[in-house]
Amino acid sequence: MESKNHHIVSALVENKSGVLARIAGLFARRGFNIYSLAVAPTNDPNLSRVTIVVDVEASLLSQVVNQLDKLINVVEIQELKPTDAVERELLLATVECSLSKRTEVIQIVTALGGEIVDVNLSGLTIEMSSSPDKLDALEELLSSYGIIKLQRTGRVALPRLTKESDTYTNQLKLA
Amino acid sequence: MKLTGAQALIKSLEHQGVEVIFGLPGGAILPVYDPILDSSIRHILVRHEQGAGHMAEGYSMATRKPGVAMVTSGPGATNIVTPLLNAYMDSTPLVVITGQVATASIGTDAFQECDITGISMGITKHNWLIKDANEIPQVIAEAFHVATTGRPGPVLVDLPKDISNATMEFYTPEPVSLAGFKQQIEPDASAVSQAAELILRAKKPVLYVGGGVIKSNGSAALKILVEQTSIPVVTTLMARGAFPDSHELNLGMPGMHGTYSAVIALQQSDLIVALGARFDDRVTGKISAFAPHAKIIHADIDPAEIGKVRKPDVVLLGECRRSIEELTRALTEKTAEANKDYKLPLELSQWHNTIKEWKNKYPLSYDRDAKDVLKPQYVIEELSKRQGEDTILAAGVGQHQMWASQYWQFNKPNTWINSGGAGTMGFAVPAAIGAKVGRPDKTVWAIDGDGCFQMTAQEIVTASAEQIPVKIAILNNAYLGMVRQWQHMFYEERYSEVYLSPDLPDYVKWAEAMGAVAFRVDTAEEVIPTIEKANEIDDRPVVIDFRTDVTERVFPMVPAGASNDEILVSAEHADSVIQ
Ligand SMILES: Cc1ncc(C[n+]2csc(CCOP(=O)(O)OP(=O)(O)O)c2C)c(N)n1
Ligand SMILES: [Mg+2]
Repeated sequence: MESKNHHIVSALVENKSGVLARIAGLFARRGFNIYSLAVAPTNDPNLSRVTIVVDVEASLLSQVVNQLDKLINVVEIQELKPTDAVERELLLATVECSLSKRTEVIQIVTALGGEIVDVNLSGLTIEMSSSPDKLDALEELLSSYGIIKLQRTGRVALPRLTKESDTYTNQLKLA
Repeated sequence: MKLTGAQALIKSLEHQGVEVIFGLPGGAILPVYDPILDSSIRHILVRHEQGAGHMAEGYSMATRKPGVAMVTSGPGATNIVTPLLNAYMDSTPLVVITGQVATASIGTDAFQECDITGISMGITKHNWLIKDANEIPQVIAEAFHVATTGRPGPVLVDLPKDISNATMEFYTPEPVSLAGFKQQIEPDASAVSQAAELILRAKKPVLYVGGGVIKSNGSAALKILVEQTSIPVVTTLMARGAFPDSHELNLGMPGMHGTYSAVIALQQSDLIVALGARFDDRVTGKISAFAPHAKIIHADIDPAEIGKVRKPDVVLLGECRRSIEELTRALTEKTAEANKDYKLPLELSQWHNTIKEWKNKYPLSYDRDAKDVLKPQYVIEELSKRQGEDTILAAGVGQHQMWASQYWQFNKPNTWINSGGAGTMGFAVPAAIGAKVGRPDKTVWAIDGDGCFQMTAQEIVTASAEQIPVKIAILNNAYLGMVRQWQHMFYEERYSEVYLSPDLPDYVKWAEAMGAVAFRVDTAEEVIPTIEKANEIDDRPVVIDFRTDVTERVFPMVPAGASNDEILVSAEHADSVIQ
């Protein structure tokens, strides 16, 4: 579940072997908690974008950003304030669902903007891409029917276009 | 020009200006040892790979050049992990080259395979596993660039055996440009101006000088700043020598075993100007109680140090020397403005007087009249008096290290070589050897503990074989003295596993067996003549076994976790407080 200590850090990293290990290792040895982490190559095949939701006190955040920035494979890094970012997360959930409950579940899912992507006689697999809090709401509703399997991707985020694109660069960010 | 990967590596090191490699060969690095025979680079064959790493550190700290060590895969690589940690903690530029099993064998638990890039990830600035011989010139250029640029530190290059054996077309590497590796050298002008304003208004300022001043070659600039402002200086364990001890504004070392005046001046100051220092717990004591009334100006090249421990009021992000120079410039400018009543040097006579009282009331002290025992502090004082200003001193870790830092007179930068952040026992002997290799023109002494000495003494064999005439003073108190001190004070004198014996081993015989000249000193009368004899020997290592007082403790002392205000100035004071 979301907590007030969650902060989104978005990093552009070199697409080289071992980079994820360097990032994960840094978090582990400095005692920073990762809540979620999403990583995939960008349009530039040499670079990947990593979106990390970190679970740290606000006062520690600049430490997280500055330490990550010291990794040589981290090319660019910034904190994204939720107000200044578009965020999405994808959820897949298989729910136990007898035929009698089926309509009810489908209604909930479609009302929230999700989709049914797989079906059999005893259950449904649901997909929904949305903001993390809406996925939390869906997850809670589905849990009363019995979630068998669940996978969330962790959020991905980009800065909003309406404001300056580098809205919240860390104060100490180097030129 | 077609070269093997191994030849390309050696050639790349030559291009970097490497004069010496400290190392020890083995299977995976074997191909690289062949072209060493034809290279201008000197190779020093160590007796244990930890020795190679610490020698490279000592070399670097004495010469301000990066140190280079080379070892084989597996146990060779893991043996150099401790020096990597040590160099990482103390920001010493090292390039460590490790052999690796052939690329096709990686991941198969092959003989002497070890994931050394994985192991060393957290204790290097960066590391590389080379997967193509064509990368060698470029990676080596990058490795030296990363190790020496910005906040210095160790890097590691892992070289699989098939890559060493492969052929490639040698080339001169491109100038290094790493997208994710950037440094700010020049401090922000408005921050400098704010810092200068704070300085000009301070009533009780202190310059808290750390290792960054030495790394950035900032000693001369610092001296100008001190003389311009008359602000008192404390020099951390990593910064001893950055400012002369002979200067009356130098209060000495702050921290757990710092001088009373250095510790309390920081505690009571209204402005701390931290120059290349990182508010280490050994300096601050209990952080919430550290210098409660001080505003902080923090000058450092590493953004991650800013606000890590103590939130600064003004940040001077940049090279330490440049920040000091800019402060001097801004201070001069501001006092020149007619409408301001600022003046230089600052009007600090009250602060100076207070500090002088502290200095007089609580100088460093020990029982100089002790009759039957040899005081370790006395040995160090006499040793220090009999050296030129250029003598380099290395130390191990423990009581002897703290006494060395307290009682040796440091007047020049890069003359003090010790293990600060990691506190690595066994550092002194190899570090001294490395320093002497880098500065053969200077006298190099090591002050070592009996415990430390036993960890790396075998490198005296290296020193004898390679004709590296270092001098080693063992302060032999028959104990792991620093641990004994803690057990004395905080474990009701229940001494657990700290006794070593004064004569097992027989240090004189052992040193002689390793090719050194050796002396034993039991009494105060023998100290000076023996030091003089040792000073005269210049063709081989010398070891002196000083049998020092077993019970002596290091003071002042701020107990771990306590506030600096709870500083214990002497044994009597400590014993009256701790029951
Ligand atoms: C490699 C390592 N192991 C253990 C320690 C913990 N330790 C710190 S000081 C010390 C005692 C050192 O004994 P010695 O070299 O005789 O020095 P002394 O304190 O007696 O001067 C020990 C064991 C350490 N710092 N490094
Ligand atoms: Mg000892």
